[in-house]
Parts: sequence; structure tokens; C-alpha cells
Amino acid sequence: MVMPDTRTRWRCRRGMLENDLLLGRFLDHGYDSLDQEGRDAFERLLGYPDNLLLDLVLGRQATVDSGIARLVPLIRAATADRPEA
Amino acid sequence: MKLTTRKFDALIIGAGGAGLRAALQLSNADARVAVVSKVFPTRSHTVAAQGGVNAALANVLPDSWHWHMFDTIKGSDYLGDQDAIEYMCRAAPKVVYELEHFGVPFSRLDNGGIYQRAFGGQSQNFGKEQAARTCAAADRTGHAILHSLYQQNLRARTHFFDEYFAIDLIKDEAGYVLGVVAFEILSGEPIVIEAKTTLIATGGAGQIFRTNTNALSNTGDGMAMALRAGVPLEDMEFVQFHPTGIAGRGMLITEGVRGEGGFLINGEGERFMERYAPQAKDLASRDVVSRAIAIEIREGRGCGKNKDHVLLDMRHLGTDTIMKKLPGIREMSMTFLGVDPIEKPIAVFPTCHYSMGGIPTNRDGQVVVPVKDTPEDPVPGLYAAGEAACVSVHGANRLGGNSLLDILVFGRAAANHILDFLKENRYHRPLPQASVDQALERLSRWERKGDGEAVEPLRRELRKVMEDHCGVFRTAEVMQEGVDKLRVLRERIENAVIRDHTQTFNTARIEAMELENLMDCAMATMCSALGREESRGAHSRVDFPERDDERWLKHSLYSLLDDSMDYKPVRTQPVTVESFPPKKRVY
Repeated sequence: MVMPDTRTRWRCRRGMLENDLLLGRFLDHGYDSLDQEGRDAFERLLGYPDNLLLDLVLGRQATVDSGIARLVPLIRAATADRPEA
Repeated sequence: MKLTTRKFDALIIGAGGAGLRAALQLSNADARVAVVSKVFPTRSHTVAAQGGVNAALANVLPDSWHWHMFDTIKGSDYLGDQDAIEYMCRAAPKVVYELEHFGVPFSRLDNGGIYQRAFGGQSQNFGKEQAARTCAAADRTGHAILHSLYQQNLRARTHFFDEYFAIDLIKDEAGYVLGVVAFEILSGEPIVIEAKTTLIATGGAGQIFRTNTNALSNTGDGMAMALRAGVPLEDMEFVQFHPTGIAGRGMLITEGVRGEGGFLINGEGERFMERYAPQAKDLASRDVVSRAIAIEIREGRGCGKNKDHVLLDMRHLGTDTIMKKLPGIREMSMTFLGVDPIEKPIAVFPTCHYSMGGIPTNRDGQVVVPVKDTPEDPVPGLYAAGEAACVSVHGANRLGGNSLLDILVFGRAAANHILDFLKENRYHRPLPQASVDQALERLSRWERKGDGEAVEPLRRELRKVMEDHCGVFRTAEVMQEGVDKLRVLRERIENAVIRDHTQTFNTARIEAMELENLMDCAMATMCSALGREESRGAHSRVDFPERDDERWLKHSLYSLLDDSMDYKPVRTQPVTVESFPPKKRVY
């Protein structure tokens, strides 16, 4: 199992609560199943400005980065599947 | 231990809009400026501000800074300082045009002027027709401002300490603030950043409440640092709540849902707002709806297995209306609750949004404290701006569009005063080692091993105590119980331990130090709220339902020492115009 390192965890601290929750939940539920390519894509996603990041994850905008596009449903599922957590 | 030391003319703690606006002003004037931020600057909470910036440009409807001033004072429920408010409203057009020059892509009118939208609480002619005063860059004004200011600072060669956590201010025996002790999050290495002037711009403390709209980083670090340096916090009881946050999450569900006909129901399936506001029902004012929700839950009529929320029902609006008029809300609900509001109602609870209180400053951004008979004596070398500060332009309640304005006007004003201070204070004062050691002790305290409670459960408990005892349902009994619970928690936090003692990117240690900051801000909020025996603006007491100008037209000051309360007069005299005397607030 691949645990996110603390550096990745800290960089999931964002300017918006929505992103804090989405990324935080994904770190705990989903990140460990990513392969190296997926983890690299996640790092690229963290480099996006907050508004764009949220638009991508909520599907308001599409991306040509196929690695990030593959992550989006996983990130959404990590939050939506656990409403009580 | 060899300690790295760096020296600057000005140090800014926090890289949101207030900090970056100040830094830019200083760098452009050739001061040596450092900005310390625990997260990368463009991840500051300013990005989340959607609304806009108020300024009387009169691009859409007639307007004047004087009308803006009246609205702000009335909105503040007459607790705002009228000199600071006049200064802010007069400066507003200038700071907006400056932003235009910095590259902020404002929404435009057909004639090329900056578009201005109408917000609640804005009027023409001192309370008459609706005004249109808010300048916006689509629905992401904060984002545009923060990114533009960051770019401008890079151009001006501001020095950034990205991902550094500020521990405590350095203060000498004469009372001068001389910088900060921080540590680099990457290496865990402490650093002394000496500065002739220090500006706190660390934002609000919304994370003291379980349900809030703030980013996780809003832990009141600067406010707590000020408290520990002997500076009281002003008007901390004034916290803006929005009635419908997503329960357990905090994000806002706009009033638009209730505007379209959505309504609230309790655990018995009853439309309870009909009892609290027979006319306006679900569209009653925010504080009335918030308090009604809190009462339903307190009296056992909440929903869910813990009966800790109510439901916002919009199913009767039908699929078409929801898809066409409320698509964003549906998306939020599906993403964060896994609930499609076409099929099921949304769980909601009042959510904390904004702290009106903070570090007391004058309109030059200087931090001011009571000394003997002087209520506002400047602390030499120390400044504050933005949500961390209380200048006080928002008084007991903030108007929409005035928070971005506040950070810009007073970030800039503080920088201008710092430049004057630097002319008269050309050299660094000797570094007081005792103060540095004290800050380092706060860091090394978390090296302690052995038995002790963990940080996260304590944080959860703290936020729940604040929600239950200092939320929208406030009585002396409820809050006294809250103070007692916080005192016990404070002792437990003093004995808490972390398991991770590595140096590199030790997020456990940061969260532990944030918890200490949350604790101090929570106590300030609870004690201030218990002290104020009236209802004014966002502070609403069930046991004192009326505003009481005779006893309470004054600012609260909470000191960490003995959790004591003090008070100082409101500055009711503007700079050049006549004072606006308190009147009953009717909209």
C-alpha cells in the first residue's frame, strides 16, 4: 500500500474548504490504490490554482491531461461515497 | 543550537490579500520585505471570496462614498469605528483602480467601465433606493485579486518564505515587536526573522467552529500570537453565521434555494419556520433562521440518527426547476453528501463564515492596546490588517463586498505607515534572547514523548464545544458551561502529545500548534460573547434580546491573562463629516 507522504498531505491544504475536503478524503480513501503514474498526475493536479482545481474535480471544466482526467471520478467517489465520515 | 537569522525592514505574516497588498506597497517603495506563509501564497483563503469589492464608482447607479459609509455604519449595528469607515469608503475607488492596473480582470459594462452589482445592505441617499456598488471579476474576484497581487509581488522582488510556520512574535522589554520565530515546514529547522516592523495578516479563525465555510488553514494563528504577546483581541463575540451550511461539512447553500421556494423541515417533518416567522417563513433574516434551526435541534426535533441537523427540502420544485435554476447546489449536494436534492432533502446546519473581531488596530494598521488611561496606545513595530485585525470597520456585522475592500485598504494603509516608521527607526534593535527562547520552547514542547491525548480528538471536541455553547443560540447559562468546558480542554491540550517526531514535513506538529492557536481564539470568542449582555448585529443573546446602547455601545477586549474582559469606547467621530448616531436598524 502506498501512503501519501506528509509533503503531499500538506499540499492538499488549500485556499477553499471544498478542496480541503475533496483532497483530504481522497488521501484517506483512494490514493493508496494509485500507481506511480496516478500519483504523478495527482502531484500535477495539486499544482493547479484552487478555482480551476475545483472546476476540474466537479466536472465544470475538462482537461486534456488524461492522467488527471482519470483521477477526477476517483476523487469525487472518495467524498460522495462516504457522506457520514 | 545554531539558529539561522535573517533581517528585513518589514515582515508580513500571511500571504492572503491583506498581506500581499501591504507587501507590494512596501516592495515598490524599496523596503526589504519578507512574507511568511504556512501554505503556498496562492492557496490563501482570499481565493474563496466570490462576491466582490465595494466602491462608490457610480458606474451603474448614482453613488457616493458617504452613502457607502452610512450603509457600513448601519450594517455594523453602530459598533463600527466611524473614522476608519470614512477612511475606507473614501479610499475604495482608489484601491479598485489600483487593482485594475495590477491586472485584475474586472467584469465590464458595454461602455468599458467596471461592472457593479447590487448586494444586500447597499443604498443610495442614506438608506433609500438600492445601490449597485460591488465590483467583481465574474464569481472569482478573490482568486483574481490574490493571483494578481502575487504576480506583482514577484515582479517587485518581495522575498517569500513559502511553507514556513510562524510560532510567536519577538518582543523586547520596551515593548517593541522585532519580528518572529518561525520554522521551515520542509526541514523542521527554526529560523529567527528579525524585522523593524511586523504585520500580522493571517486571516480569520473560522475553524474554531465544527461547521464553518473556511479553509482548514483558518486557525487564527496571528490572533493567538498577538494574545500571547499581551495584545487583547477586540469584539471576538461577533461571528457571522449563515443558516444553511451543509451539515457536517460547512459549505454554503445559498439563500437562492429558499428564494426559489425550498423550505426547512425538522425531524417531525414540520415546516418549523412557519412558527418562528409566520410572514417571511423560510425567507426570514439570516439570524432568525439560524436561531430557529438551533432551537429545533436543542429541543430534540433535529433530523438524522444524532438529531443534529434539519433538512432543506426542494423536491417539490421539480426536476426542471432544480436543473435549470439550482444546478450548482445540486452538484455540491451530490458531491459532498452523495444526495441528489431532486430525490432527497439536504442536511443543513448554521455555518460560521467570518470573524468581525480580531487584533485591535487604528486606521493606520498600527496595533493598539489600552495603557493606563489611553485606550489605544500603539505597540511599536506591530501592525495587523484583514480578517485577523479589528480596525473596526465591520463592527457587529459585515456587509457583503466589504471584506475584500477591508484587506486592500488597510493592507495598503498599514504599509504606508510602516514606511513612515522605517524613516524614523533606521536600525534593528538588539534581539531579546529571552523572547526568542520562549518561542522555541513552544516548538520543543511538542517533542515531549510518553502518554498523553492525541491532537485530532481534542480539536474535534473543541469545535463541538464552540458549536454547542457559542453558536447562534447564546445564553449566560449555555456559555458559562462552555467556558468551563474550554478551561478543562485547555489543560488537556497542555498535556497532549504527538506520535510523529520527525523533522521533515511534520504535519502532526503543525496541527498541534494550530490547535493551541484555535484554543486561544475559542476562549476569546466564548468569554467575549458571555460578557456582552445585549443582542447586536451577529451577536444574538436569547436572554438579552435587545440592543442596549446605554451599556454596550463599546468594544470588547479579551486578554489571555486570567481570561479577563475590558472595554473601550466606539470611535463615533468620523474624520471630516458628521457622526451617524445609533438608530434602530430596519431594512
